[in-house]
Amino acid sequence: MTLTAPSHLTARERARRAARGGASRSAPATLLVPALIAVAFLVLPLAGLLIRAPWGHLAAALSGSDATQALILSLWTASASTAISLVIGVPLAWVLARTTFPGQRLLRALVTLPLVLPPVVGGVALLLAFGRTGFIGRYLDSWFGLTIPFTPLAVVLAETFVAMPFLIITVEGALRSADQGFEEAAATLGAKRMTVFSRVTVPMVAPSLGAGAVLCWARALGEFGATITFAGSFPGQTETMPIAVYYALETDPNAAIALSLVLLVVSVIVLVSLRDRWLRGGSVS
Amino acid sequence: MTAGSDGLVVDAEVRRGTFTLAVSLTAAPGQVLGLLGPNGAGKSTLLSAVAGLTPVSTGRITLDGQVMDDASAGTFVEAAGRPVGFVFQNYRLFPHLTVADNVAFSPRARGLGRRAARSAAQHWLDRLRLADLADRKPDQLSGGQAQRVALARALAGEPSLLLLDEPLSALDAGTRLDVQAELKRHLADFAGPCLLVTHDPLEALVLADRLIVLEGGRIVQEGTPAHIAHQPATDYVAKLVGLNLYAGHADGSEVTLDAGGTFIVADHDRHGDVLVSVRPSAITVSSQHPQPSSARNTWTAKITGLTLLADRVRLDLEGDPHALVDVTPAAVAELSLEPGSQVWLTVKATDLEVYPPTASQPASLAGPASPLP
Repeated sequence: MTLTAPSHLTARERARRAARGGASRSAPATLLVPALIAVAFLVLPLAGLLIRAPWGHLAAALSGSDATQALILSLWTASASTAISLVIGVPLAWVLARTTFPGQRLLRALVTLPLVLPPVVGGVALLLAFGRTGFIGRYLDSWFGLTIPFTPLAVVLAETFVAMPFLIITVEGALRSADQGFEEAAATLGAKRMTVFSRVTVPMVAPSLGAGAVLCWARALGEFGATITFAGSFPGQTETMPIAVYYALETDPNAAIALSLVLLVVSVIVLVSLRDRWLRGGSVS
Repeated sequence: MTAGSDGLVVDAEVRRGTFTLAVSLTAAPGQVLGLLGPNGAGKSTLLSAVAGLTPVSTGRITLDGQVMDDASAGTFVEAAGRPVGFVFQNYRLFPHLTVADNVAFSPRARGLGRRAARSAAQHWLDRLRLADLADRKPDQLSGGQAQRVALARALAGEPSLLLLDEPLSALDAGTRLDVQAELKRHLADFAGPCLLVTHDPLEALVLADRLIVLEGGRIVQEGTPAHIAHQPATDYVAKLVGLNLYAGHADGSEVTLDAGGTFIVADHDRHGDVLVSVRPSAITVSSQHPQPSSARNTWTAKITGLTLLADRVRLDLEGDPHALVDVTPAAVAELSLEPGSQVWLTVKATDLEVYPPTASQPASLAGPASPLP
């Protein structure tokens, strides 16, 4: 065994290793180079967006009625689908986490399928179900005169279909890991099951509930494939921000960049609001 | 055990996997019934069943004549419907609610409006000296304060029965005695029966009016704290109260011990199976064969261990029979006591407590009983 040549250790590095232990903090080149390429790949396009942005004409680029309409449509449909997801998704998360029944594993797989399903496929499926001749849409049309496809309602449904599973798995994970001793305590204090749910269970998973809702909202805001398939792209009706960006790129690149910037800003805000959960390196659920 | 009797009546079995808890007990109004036993004896399972968190497998539980759970009739009152207050081992205070809201939780859940629940809570906050802490969250409380909040929260629902699961185990030794004294006062004020689970003998002796010793899911001894402290029926209890315990067969004044050896006892009228208990400090250690004396029992033993207790040294001795003996540190030095030393032990017949095994004693105790170190 031969002794390797001594390397230089700065006083600062010496202090760090003494305090926290551990080996050298510098990475070997075989790991460092690919890591830097990955960083460049992720960051440079976004930097390009900032560099190419028509900063002087930003207000003008965004003031077109199409852009404003798209932004307003995107914000309210994403909010509506998040609200729907909270109302029906949280109870489903509770059922998945707190009860047992045959076929539960299958149900959980089906519920989370939209997470991995290409959104376009989701859009086709929604069209087949709620389209004018779809197996549900047919009756909505003949009984209530209600036509869903290519309306703002279709946008909400498409976004909910794609985004709700994010809320469900986040909340279900939180419910599973929550200490059920508190629910037992509430029961011995005379709380009926709904009271336990609203006064103990929900407040105790509130941080996860908030994170799940933000995640759901962000996913709904960025939804493209299912929306364009099921709802189309009528300006003011179903043309959401991502769809507007896509079309603007052909006609008015400056507007596309400006719209993209708006979505980037929204995403950064979402990320900051989730910092406790993501930026600390923990898991999502 | 009639249906109309007051207090808590449990005559039931709870099966959980391979573990079976089978108990029959009653707790009268105003009585604090201590449940003492090692971990896994079924103490918490029993509280769970009484609270309605676990249904019984067979048998029934009644409270003040009302059926809470009856396996054969299929009757079951859900936990939320039972007039029971439960103080959990780690208190389980709701972390998102203030102290006041924790205490108001039960009045609110049992149907009072916000304002009425608040004033009901205020009564208990005052009574347990918690008014100053009303706006704090549970994570801003000391152990003793959290314990009082847990008690206030349980009492605020005006329960007919109080369940306490190791109420002092989460406290450090310094505050434990104060909180224990205060808990004793509050328990004395409580009108209904109270079940208190503990594995701390001192806590059981101080707080309980009557004790039940659970081992392996069965009641092995029942009686007043004083009775159990003097005449332990099992090795577990003997160890808790710090006595040597021997099972044996009495024939007049001579008791043949199952673990080997014989004792001459002062009680001449015993016949049949008996238990003999003796305090570790009642046994004398000599390095040579002692002079004839009034002590009637002398035997040889080998030291297998020495442990320093506060002001004494406890010797672990192997012989016929085995024994734990307390001596002073000075005696250890003078007699050169060390592991492996051969010594003579003597004990006066009048220091031997002889009593019949209890009826509920499990069969396993008929075998050799040696005091645990």
